[in-house]
Amino acid sequence: MRRAPAVPPVAESHVPVLRTEGLSALFHGVPAVRDVTLDFERNSVTAIIGPSGCGKSTFLRCLNRMHELSDGGTVAGRVLLDGVDVYSEAIHPITLRMRCGMVFQHPTPFPTMSIFDNVAAGLRLGPRLERRVLEDRVSDALKRAGLWEEVYDRLRASPLDLSGGQQQRLCIARALAPEPGILLLDEPTSALDPISTQRIEDLIQDLSERYTVIVVTHNMQQASRISDRTAFFFMGALIETAPTRQMFTNPQEERTEAYVTGRFG
Amino acid sequence: MIDRRTRRHLVSRVMTGTTVVAAVAAVLPLFLILAYLVLKGFSSINWAFFVETPAAPGSTGGGVSNAIVGSAMVVGVGTLIGVPLGVGAGVYLAEYGGTGRMAQMVRFVADVLNGTPSIVVGVFVWTWMVKPMGHFSALAGSVALAVLMIPMVTRTTEEMLRLVPGSLREAALALGYSRWRASLGIVVRTALPGVVTGALIAVARIAGETAPLLFTTLGNLNFKTDLLQPMQTLSLQVFVYATGPFPEWHRLAWGVALVLVVLVLLTNIAARYATRSGRATGR
Amino acid sequence: MLGLFLQLVVSAWPAIRAFGAGFLFSSTWDPVRDVYGAAPMIYGTVVSSVLALLLAVPLAVGVAIFLTEFAPGWMRGPIGALVELLAAIPSVVYGLWGIFVLLPALREFVVPPLQATLGWLPLFSGTFRGNSMLAAGIILAVMIVPYISAVAREVLLAVPKHQREAALALGATRWEMVWTAVLPYGRAGITGAIVLGLGRALGETMAVTMVVGNRHALSLSLLEPGYSMAAAIANEFTEATTAMHIAALFEIGLVLFVMTVLVNAVARLLVWRVTGGTPAGSRG
Repeated sequence: MRRAPAVPPVAESHVPVLRTEGLSALFHGVPAVRDVTLDFERNSVTAIIGPSGCGKSTFLRCLNRMHELSDGGTVAGRVLLDGVDVYSEAIHPITLRMRCGMVFQHPTPFPTMSIFDNVAAGLRLGPRLERRVLEDRVSDALKRAGLWEEVYDRLRASPLDLSGGQQQRLCIARALAPEPGILLLDEPTSALDPISTQRIEDLIQDLSERYTVIVVTHNMQQASRISDRTAFFFMGALIETAPTRQMFTNPQEERTEAYVTGRFG
Repeated sequence: MIDRRTRRHLVSRVMTGTTVVAAVAAVLPLFLILAYLVLKGFSSINWAFFVETPAAPGSTGGGVSNAIVGSAMVVGVGTLIGVPLGVGAGVYLAEYGGTGRMAQMVRFVADVLNGTPSIVVGVFVWTWMVKPMGHFSALAGSVALAVLMIPMVTRTTEEMLRLVPGSLREAALALGYSRWRASLGIVVRTALPGVVTGALIAVARIAGETAPLLFTTLGNLNFKTDLLQPMQTLSLQVFVYATGPFPEWHRLAWGVALVLVVLVLLTNIAARYATRSGRATGR
Repeated sequence: MLGLFLQLVVSAWPAIRAFGAGFLFSSTWDPVRDVYGAAPMIYGTVVSSVLALLLAVPLAVGVAIFLTEFAPGWMRGPIGALVELLAAIPSVVYGLWGIFVLLPALREFVVPPLQATLGWLPLFSGTFRGNSMLAAGIILAVMIVPYISAVAREVLLAVPKHQREAALALGATRWEMVWTAVLPYGRAGITGAIVLGLGRALGETMAVTMVVGNRHALSLSLLEPGYSMAAAIANEFTEATTAMHIAALFEIGLVLFVMTVLVNAVARLLVWRVTGGTPAGSRG
């Protein structure tokens, strides 16, 4: 596979890992996300909230260049990963996606692969790894996803035997295995029961120690529980962004206040 | 006089019964045919049947080994040509075609081919292969069968692929899979049992075909394995024996037909089994 | 595709030029004098197919209704599978069975009473020797039942549940529900299924040629031997001696091709509208 040149090394000064500048996303020319400029701090959890249809999922998908794979999807503006525009020639989209891990709303384990192979799938796309190294990375990822205890003795089994919550954690492990710097989670718990949701929320907070995590959620309570910063989107535009505590106790914008107090959405 | 409500119930009962009769009448011929096949065909089948070639016209005995091998070869080569093309077209339509002009054209062609009588396909292949080559050949028959097969396989493949949830492809892409690797490695792999079933059903269909072979493969009373020569198939054999003048041939025809039907039915059952035991596609 | 069509036209051109439109209406078929007319074949194809439809449609639609509305759940799979198995039997085997089982049966049990009662109709006049349009029609009917019923089933299944429930809630009997709520809803689709069956019957070759008699004659009686387009091609193609003979056969093929394409296109249109228009939808 043709590899794009590597991303230039990070300067020591405080450069946010990820940043968007004037990012817009369109579907067949109609904007779904308008002119969003947003910084994501290294090793933090940022929640993106807003009523349905406000563009938060579309925004997320721009970060790892998934939006352009949608029918009629186009992007304007810049997304800077460690200072480099990911939409430029400097980074190949596939390389970018390997540096970002994405987890979706519905658990999607690959049904024809075993649990082990699912987690290893991302690893196998990269340079060839020795058997032992592969196994270590897989078990590592499963531990970090909090699933190891439950599957260590049946790694060859089919993932379809797992419960919904377990499958989602498997998808998280799959996303973690290639050691991405960034984790993009698109409503990861909305299809799960409360107990699984709880487990994954705890997981997200642990994960922020090693990764930069961005979570899209329609559940405000969840956002206030797990995130350091929150961004509120409305009708495709970024209305406000603030440290989470401040966003929920003392929002600056009127619309933000209306949303977080439940007056609409 | 019966009151109206009772009459309505009666009508309902009667019509329900009528549909039952229809169902029975529809299925009855199946049993009749199978029963006759077994009754009349079984006696013709013995070891010699499978191993020998046909005896001289008018004399008794002889077998159909040339037809068995011939069918295997003609159908086999036809499958080798038809399945990859059909599956490829199906993958193209489901994964890349979408609603574009090219895709619409491919679908249209497949649909037209699907409805074309098999004998017209035979005529077509005759023009394009037999005439230029100067002689009949098994290969021409295989090509005719492949042409019949492709639209069937294309449609079932596309259908099966569309059943795979889009989220699966998305997850692969987000992980860093390239577009075509996500298609083949994940989506097609997931739909594989269904695709195989579709292919097997198509094979069973063409195994019984006779019309397109009439002037491509032609038939042969001798044992031949050369693809470039006329060859005999089980279906052709049934036709020749059934319409021939000798009572001995008529007797043998039932045996050949029984063998053919058994093979076709086995392939059909094998096809259904492939989906049953294959994993259901992921959520 | 286009190539096929053009090819047929090109190869048939000599015949088209020689006989013009009269080809479709003339009955002369004289290889010796190189004069050809396709009327008996066209007539035969159409008549045998229509007869097949008349016999098959009540059966097929009845089966479809039975399976979707009345049959208990455990029966649906097996019976449906049996009906579909009918489609798996090769055409030539149908022909074999037709020659040795159907024809004698017709001769013994069906035609005498038929002629006794309805013999005054031109439809049933003449002497019955076995090979006949009637036999062809019956065999075709059995062959197309699974196709019509498979599509009809899909059409009926596509009728939304609330239609049925609305009828039942008004107090309709089961049959009335089917007759007034389900069937009208699926009318277009079922018509499509029937047309599909027609398309199938038009192109059927082997079974027909084995029982129809292969005679170049146009007769009103169903009991007389006849011919069909596909049967003509099957029988005469390899033995055609003159170039004109072959061209004539090509022209027959062209006519057959055009007919089946048109019929199938109409069928597809009708079925798509009802089952939601999935391109890879109903079974052919």
